[in-house]
Amino acid sequence: MGVGIDVEHLNAWYGTNHTLQDINLSIPANHATALIGPSGCGKSTFVRCLNRMHETNPIARATGVVKMGELDIYKDASPVDIRRRVGMVFQRPNPFPTMSIYDNVASGLKLNGFRNKAILDETVERSLKAAALWEEVKDDLKKKSGASLSGGQQQRMCIARALAVDPEVLLMDEPASALDPVSTSKIEDLIFQLKSQYTIVIVTHNMQQAARVAENTGFFLNGKMVEFNSTDKIFTMPSDKRTEDYITGRFG
Amino acid sequence: MSIEREPEPSSPPTAPSTQMAAMPLHAPAIVNFVAAAEPVAQNGPPSPIRQFLSKRGNGALADNAFAAAMLVCALSIFAIVLFILTILIARSRLSLAQFGFGFFTRSAWDPVSGDFGALPFIFGTLATSLLALAMAVPLALGVAVFLSELCPARLRAPISFLTELLAAIPSVVYGLWAVFVLVPIMRDQLGPWLYKVLGWTGFFEGYNFGVGLLTASIILAIMILPIISSITRDIMQAVPVSQREAVLALGATRWEMIRTGVLRNARIGIVGAVILGLGRALGETMAVTMVIGNHPVISKSLFAPGYTLASVIANEFTEATGDLYLSALIEIGLALFLVTIVVNAIARALVWAVTRGAPARSI
Amino acid sequence: MSTNPKPIAAPGGDAPLRTPTNYQTRAMRLNSARRYLMNHLVTVLAVLSTVAVVVPLVAIFAYLLYKGASSLNLAFFTHIPAPVGEPGGGMANSIVGSAIVLALASSMGVPVGIAAGVYLAEYGRGKMLAMAVRFTADVLNGIPSIVMGIAAYSLIVMRQMHFSAFSGGVALAIMMVPTITRTTEEMLMTVPHAIREAALGLGVPKWRTVVSVSLRTASPGIITGCMLAFARVAGETAPLLFTAFGNQFWSFKLNEPIAALPLQIYVYAISPYDEWHRLAWAGALVLILMIMVSVTLVRIYAARGILKGAS
Repeated sequence: MGVGIDVEHLNAWYGTNHTLQDINLSIPANHATALIGPSGCGKSTFVRCLNRMHETNPIARATGVVKMGELDIYKDASPVDIRRRVGMVFQRPNPFPTMSIYDNVASGLKLNGFRNKAILDETVERSLKAAALWEEVKDDLKKKSGASLSGGQQQRMCIARALAVDPEVLLMDEPASALDPVSTSKIEDLIFQLKSQYTIVIVTHNMQQAARVAENTGFFLNGKMVEFNSTDKIFTMPSDKRTEDYITGRFG
Repeated sequence: MSIEREPEPSSPPTAPSTQMAAMPLHAPAIVNFVAAAEPVAQNGPPSPIRQFLSKRGNGALADNAFAAAMLVCALSIFAIVLFILTILIARSRLSLAQFGFGFFTRSAWDPVSGDFGALPFIFGTLATSLLALAMAVPLALGVAVFLSELCPARLRAPISFLTELLAAIPSVVYGLWAVFVLVPIMRDQLGPWLYKVLGWTGFFEGYNFGVGLLTASIILAIMILPIISSITRDIMQAVPVSQREAVLALGATRWEMIRTGVLRNARIGIVGAVILGLGRALGETMAVTMVIGNHPVISKSLFAPGYTLASVIANEFTEATGDLYLSALIEIGLALFLVTIVVNAIARALVWAVTRGAPARSI
Repeated sequence: MSTNPKPIAAPGGDAPLRTPTNYQTRAMRLNSARRYLMNHLVTVLAVLSTVAVVVPLVAIFAYLLYKGASSLNLAFFTHIPAPVGEPGGGMANSIVGSAIVLALASSMGVPVGIAAGVYLAEYGRGKMLAMAVRFTADVLNGIPSIVMGIAAYSLIVMRQMHFSAFSGGVALAIMMVPTITRTTEEMLMTVPHAIREAALGLGVPKWRTVVSVSLRTASPGIITGCMLAFARVAGETAPLLFTAFGNQFWSFKLNEPIAALPLQIYVYAISPYDEWHRLAWAGALVLILMIMVSVTLVRIYAARGILKGAS
């Protein structure tokens, strides 16, 4: 099951660029939350702060409090522990090219020392089914390399890989932006199915996608979070003029 | 941790949202796996995977130890250079004290009377290396362009394999071949022809015994060519396809695509490849020693014998009688060391200046 | 040369259309021709240079095969050199000696080289220290091998007052390290950053990411780099001239002078004896074959390491 994430006064920098300015919000558990906004407004940086991937960049810096349940993820745990609990799906599919499909999906477990073959088999199957990829690859699990699938399949495999470690939160950074429409709709169905089991945060520049998939939406602009509300409210009765401008397509 | 499989066959895990199985309230060490395959209720114990991962250490100690080990090995490179430098200086102190800087501007080499001067060797080294480079670079670039852009796919593997083998042939084998094949050709066919055609330049005077500066330059050229070419090829192939496609999409011919889409991006690496070739030529010992004639003279004619810095060390090191003799040889080694370092360093710096901010590859 | 092609009637009738493909000025046509000519010229040059490269190689190999094969017999591989003037004898001790020295060198050079390459690519990116190490490694790569021989001589041989296989191994190891460092780094740099992020995002510790993702993905290239460094030092004579020094008899001790194949070839090649020349050719052939086999083996191994079905 998922946990909620509470963010207080989060600021992030890339070098001297103040990318995120005083973000405060609460992401509810077991719901899908969409983050929308024009390019470069800091949405990706924000989600990368949630699983401490932001700090893998040597010039990156962040201050503030991010809590997962009761846990302050910056103070009370190491990045490795956090990333095992907060999974991430990236914008472009990034399967491990030297590993088979099976090894790819199981990599989160195998690379962390998990050995039990029976559970690995079961987990791979379960994750691929949850990612709606099982039927397409079940005969080639160990024969085909992860990189030999199509783009949409690769992304679903990456989702399966993220799910295999049984995270509590799943962060998705524009997961369908590099994909064709058919794959995109498959992934949106996926998110719809997964959100009752995990807390999902999805960054998207596609407002219709946000409207279809998420219960709550946050609108980011220039590093600040302008508005955070239920998706219905945001799209029908936004309280901030900037949100309304963005929704109606006046910019971005 | 031990995890037991449920004896009855498990139903294939369906979309998790449709099944919310209740978990037993206690958290047993042996967890019913099938039940855990289904979603765990919010207040139940975490799945075996979560348990495993949370118990797993975060690897901080291993991370630090690993990083430290890698750092130490990286620092060893500095250690090697410093070590070589200090030991060369130390052992050549005798000769340094005796001759000072004039060692490199004098043309003497008389072990009997203890008079040593390294100018002929410097000349021999530079002359053969530069001549070899002039011969090798155009050919190497041509091969690289051919292999990476123009070659039909079926020929590519065998030809590139052949050039790699050429790079792998040891110096002494080149020397062996040069002594028994190249020298006779030079003496009997190539030499006279060159004198006939280019004798007016004054570079082909004197007796031609087959051994000499030109022969050494030719074998050097053959030796450095595959290195320049295969590194250039690797680099050209590393230029992303998107660059080539972009140029082609603008209506370029194949050569223009190569020139602007590939070579321009790859020029950093190409310069580097050429420099590596030069560096190898400067220090090449065995093949050159076998065909250069080993005579410490400076001459204009390419037929004349010469002597390079590396050759004199190779020939006379184990025979060196007396500390001064050995010290002089080690000082030559020091000169060789410094010359190649300076050449390589200048060239690397040039490369950096030309390409600052413009990476050849994008990842 | 007409620049006014026959006008095509527009569908509506009246004014003629000029389609772009028909519309070329004279200058454009000349330019086109020049460009295509250039294209063909370059192709010809490239092919010629390839031929010019391949021919000496084939010539050398053919000659080597011709001269060396006739001298190869079982005795070559099992006997040590016969006294001067006597026929027969072989270079068995050189082959074994080379193997020993190379094993020594690899055991020291390969781990250090790969580790340094890992540092440069995974931990040091962008740091000043990494830039300095990279620069130094490149410069070290260009240093003549005979200088390494002098260094090993001064460090070990002078102290111990005798030549040894160990000093030869050290000289060769010093040569292997910068080469392997740079090839390892280059290969690791081709690993896309995205898959490192994928592993880190799964909660894999950094060291494990480096080992199981970066190194594994780059391993065919890294292994090739190591083997090429190995093949390079396998044929090196100069550093062994005054470290391993050579030995006419069997030697398995690390602290004694030891024979090495390239060394022996050199000694025989510059000698005045035909019999020794014959042995030199045979030795050269064996050396080349050994190197060829190892390079080819590496290619096969590297290719097999990549999964079938991968693009």
